[in-house]
Amino acid sequence: MREISFQQALDEAVAEEMRRDPRVILMATDFTGDPVKEFGPSRVRFTPISEAVVTGMGLGAAGCGFRPIVNWRMVTFSFVAMDQVVNQASKIRYMFGGQADFPVTYRCTTGGGIGLAAQHSQSPYSMWMHVAGLKIVLPSTPADAKGLLKSAIRDDNPVVSFECSRLMTATGPVPDGDHLVPIGVAEVKRTGTDVTIVGLAYYVAEALAVAEELAREGISIEVVDPRTLVPMDADTLRASVRKTGRVVIVDEAPATCSAAAEIAALLAEDPETFRALRAPVRRVCAAPVPVPYSPSLERAALPGREDITAAVHEVLKQSV
Amino acid sequence: MALSTTGMAQMLRTMILIREFDERAIRLRVAGKIYGAVHPYVGQEAVAVGVCANLTRSDRVTSTHRGHGHCIAKGADVRRMMAELFGRVDGYCKGKGGSMHIADFAVGMLGANGIVGGGLPIACGAALAAQLEGKGDVTVCFFGDGAAAEGEFHEALNITSAWKLPIVFVCENNQYAANNTVAVQHPGVDIAAHAGAYHMPGVIVDGNDVLAVHAATEEAVARARRGDGPSLLECKTYRWHFHAMRNTPPPDTRPPEEIASWKARDPIARFERDVRERGVLSAPEIRAIRERVSADLDEAVAFAEASPFPDAKDLLVDMYA
Repeated sequence: MREISFQQALDEAVAEEMRRDPRVILMATDFTGDPVKEFGPSRVRFTPISEAVVTGMGLGAAGCGFRPIVNWRMVTFSFVAMDQVVNQASKIRYMFGGQADFPVTYRCTTGGGIGLAAQHSQSPYSMWMHVAGLKIVLPSTPADAKGLLKSAIRDDNPVVSFECSRLMTATGPVPDGDHLVPIGVAEVKRTGTDVTIVGLAYYVAEALAVAEELAREGISIEVVDPRTLVPMDADTLRASVRKTGRVVIVDEAPATCSAAAEIAALLAEDPETFRALRAPVRRVCAAPVPVPYSPSLERAALPGREDITAAVHEVLKQSV
Repeated sequence: MALSTTGMAQMLRTMILIREFDERAIRLRVAGKIYGAVHPYVGQEAVAVGVCANLTRSDRVTSTHRGHGHCIAKGADVRRMMAELFGRVDGYCKGKGGSMHIADFAVGMLGANGIVGGGLPIACGAALAAQLEGKGDVTVCFFGDGAAAEGEFHEALNITSAWKLPIVFVCENNQYAANNTVAVQHPGVDIAAHAGAYHMPGVIVDGNDVLAVHAATEEAVARARRGDGPSLLECKTYRWHFHAMRNTPPPDTRPPEEIASWKARDPIARFERDVRERGVLSAPEIRAIRERVSADLDEAVAFAEASPFPDAKDLLVDMYA
């Protein structure tokens, strides 16, 4: 199978969906590649730096039959459009009694680890998860990035596509043709029997690397990638933990009210999963600080492989 | 295009319907039949009606928290509006929205909005859709003087002018944002003055003169349909009642002489005089319109009362497509 980068996979998804459906339009301050060349300036809009109005325009055009893709570029900038996301996009379908659909896709990069400091190194997945009414995808591989973004564009609801900065240059196999990954379906990326590691975005590959190292110590790790945060595939997560009895959740957002916290709750409140647990649920998350700039501090703020490895050893030690 | 006799009669009827709808809404709220907040549009009827008389069904509008007038003027059904205020399943939003979230996409009414300024970006998106569709449809964005202090207002004027989108911004300057006067909120009293900075026409209109509103909108709509871009109309008007009520109407803190002077400029009384003097309608014909409106609202209330409350089992319905 051909190998392409995460960024190329995302660009392919957009281009293919634009060819497939003339109602798909783009709005952003800038684009990778040259979509104007193929799709023309009426469908590809360079916007002023006006996140609030552009976010709402995506919603309004969606309510009038188009399928806009609004790229905030960085999740940081989406906060300027908080009203349009929280008060409008997430609520508009429900509060109007379902009389119209709003098929808009909001895209942005997330995460730290590349020296962009506090404002540009955020992973606020759970802030948007908390707002009922959005769907949220968070891919970890080029194939999932392409397949999930295509599904997001075809979905008839507002979907937020969180795209991890650190993964943009990562390469991986991506099937040819119309490759779709369904929204709301987690994937077991590696099977194992001793400990489940639930990784998000960048931390799926990190979990896989840790699993490989620990296999040499005779520890069998299962790695599960939720891929979609809303709706969360709790069944797949629970099935894995029922099998292994131990779970470490790795997320580069701070732990408080995080996606990791939600996953921990979904596991712990399910009676069958609770009974299968042999050790406390463990989270490995970022320190509760704005992500600092200096490499030594940034490394200390974000989870590293050694943190994941230590957590695995701890849950094994704590096992009943 | 001159207004036809039928057109003017229809406009008068719609203005009366809007006023009587909201006067009833206040009474029904006091009586406990309506559950949430009510923001009456009384006094501002000439704006919604003068503007919407220029629109076709496929043109679109966005509205505000004070949205009943815009809904009615764009052609929404008062029975389903009333049922929504009553929180019933036959309401426009099946009882999920209430007064501040009434929408009727079938007639191009893209929703009231509980956030001041929140509807402006959505209207811009509808205008983008109209430009891409290329059928000559326009979008009208209603908002108040308060919204002109929001960032979304300035972003909206900027982007729609840069892209020449077919949109008409209609500022209903009713002199107060909640309880703050225009003078407290803005450096100048004219919201239309912002238009110049965004390279679009800015027109100040007597918002209590439905024919003046109609004429100014006609020009702005024609400009939008031609592809020449947005306009900003500022309709100077006044709300007769409080900003909002819950259980009982709150005490009015505005100067009584100010309220009286605006009531003396009642847009409906003025238009009634106009149509009588032009021979469009006689006094008995106007009385007949009022009786008909009253009967229609009786029917709307009966419709709302007869509609069941939503079943709790439907709580999660309509969350996702």
